[in-house]
Amino acid sequence: MRPFTFARPVDTTEAVRTVAADPDAVFLAGGTNLVDHLKLGVARPGLVVDVRTLTSREVTEAADGGLRIGAAVTNSELAADRRIREHYPVLAQALLSGASGQLRNMATSGGNPLQRTRCVYFQDVTVPCNKRQPGSGCAAVGGYTRYHAVLGIPATPDASSAETCIATHPSDMAVALAALDARVQVQGPDGIREIPFADLHRLPDGDPSRDTTLAHGELITAFDLPPLPSSARSAYRKVRDRASYAFALVSVAAVLQVADGQVTDVRLVLGGVAHKPWRAARAEEELRGRPATGTSFRTAAEAELAGAYPQPGLDGGNGFKIPLAIRTIMATLRELTPEA
Amino acid sequence: MDGNYRPAEAGPLDAVQADITLRVDGETCELTVDTRTTLLDALRERLGNMSPKKGCDHGQCGACTVLLDGERALSCLALAVAHDGAEIITADGLATGGALHAVQQAFIDHDAFQCGYCTPGQICSAVGVLQEARRGWPSHVTADLTGDPDLTDAEVAERMSGNLCRCGAYMNIVPAVQAAGNTR
Repeated sequence: MRPFTFARPVDTTEAVRTVAADPDAVFLAGGTNLVDHLKLGVARPGLVVDVRTLTSREVTEAADGGLRIGAAVTNSELAADRRIREHYPVLAQALLSGASGQLRNMATSGGNPLQRTRCVYFQDVTVPCNKRQPGSGCAAVGGYTRYHAVLGIPATPDASSAETCIATHPSDMAVALAALDARVQVQGPDGIREIPFADLHRLPDGDPSRDTTLAHGELITAFDLPPLPSSARSAYRKVRDRASYAFALVSVAAVLQVADGQVTDVRLVLGGVAHKPWRAARAEEELRGRPATGTSFRTAAEAELAGAYPQPGLDGGNGFKIPLAIRTIMATLRELTPEA
Repeated sequence: MDGNYRPAEAGPLDAVQADITLRVDGETCELTVDTRTTLLDALRERLGNMSPKKGCDHGQCGACTVLLDGERALSCLALAVAHDGAEIITADGLATGGALHAVQQAFIDHDAFQCGYCTPGQICSAVGVLQEARRGWPSHVTADLTGDPDLTDAEVAERMSGNLCRCGAYMNIVPAVQAAGNTR
């Protein structure tokens, strides 16, 4: 591990100024991902700036009837919050489906959506990876692709191209926050800005090394959850290789409103299938105004996955994710549909 | 944490030292550590507390579990310098006044271990599980998120899933955790 200087600033303003001024600096919060990357050599900062106790550790009620989640609230505390459990079950379920009890006690709300891909080639410093070492190529293409993307990628990615990355985003929480249309409070050297959660993560788009649209030195200080209509139901469904303590092969976060048997509104986001939480906009469009039936759900899910490209691989590839995603979307929407 | 950090091109720096204080099993310990030292290495290599184990050292096995400021946590993924002033309880410090902790006694009564390597982590984790359940914290298998959970077999298995046991003592760990929950 490369030696580093450790700084504990007095407030977020000093923390942001410190990191922004040093391209070799990183923020540290819960540490559950960064400390592992320090050991692996994936992250080699010269300065580690501790922000774990600098942001709010409270969930507060907002004027619009929604909730504000301080970045320092741990994943455990957030999942256990009675208001989250009652009004935003999709978020509580997503958090509880991730990691283990010990990790959720350490991991913070601000850090969880910023965790990096678990692509094994990204984590192995001896192989090419455009995300870890820009321009080096992509060892995942043609490798073990079980945990890799099928959406937001070209049909046949070029392993030698500097732009190729077929990694998936690993966060469950981020999939739920995307479905809730959360807003992100970001503090930078020039002040505070607010961005829609959907704009936080990015596709590889020419620079796979960048997971998010945050500039170096920008710090997430809170998330705002807008209130949901009282008729909206929400849920998170995760499919994985073992029953607990594993990353998603496919996950679905859904918020559904049904009136008189018709879908009046729906928000649908997929995890485990793309470089970012994948807003299933085509499926949503297909569903609005349609009868809340299995047939509509299947048609919408198939429309979304029509844009998917299965990746061949050493373990049989990841083509299974396409029918799996279709069925998981259908099951989640069925679960949220009121009995006629 | 910045989601966009890239590997630095710069070469190595000199090792950086920091002075910290830890409260470990009730005892105040002042030490100087390399900033790269994890809490697990500080406990084992510097303070001689061999109770937390180094299994995977990557947060995947739970053998290093301790109670950090009262909550179960993985000491292998915590930097010691980031927890200056913290209160740490290891499995070694759970017994009070010569009497084993209820979870320790239950593990013996239920034969909840074989080789014992994962056991200190399992025990610290179980203490955390019981505390979390008493607060009404839900888990992934809690059917009614708005209610208070019962520690059924499925609930205990889910809540303990961050602690691997390669001897496969799970069949006895689950009833041990339930029994300890009933004795307190």
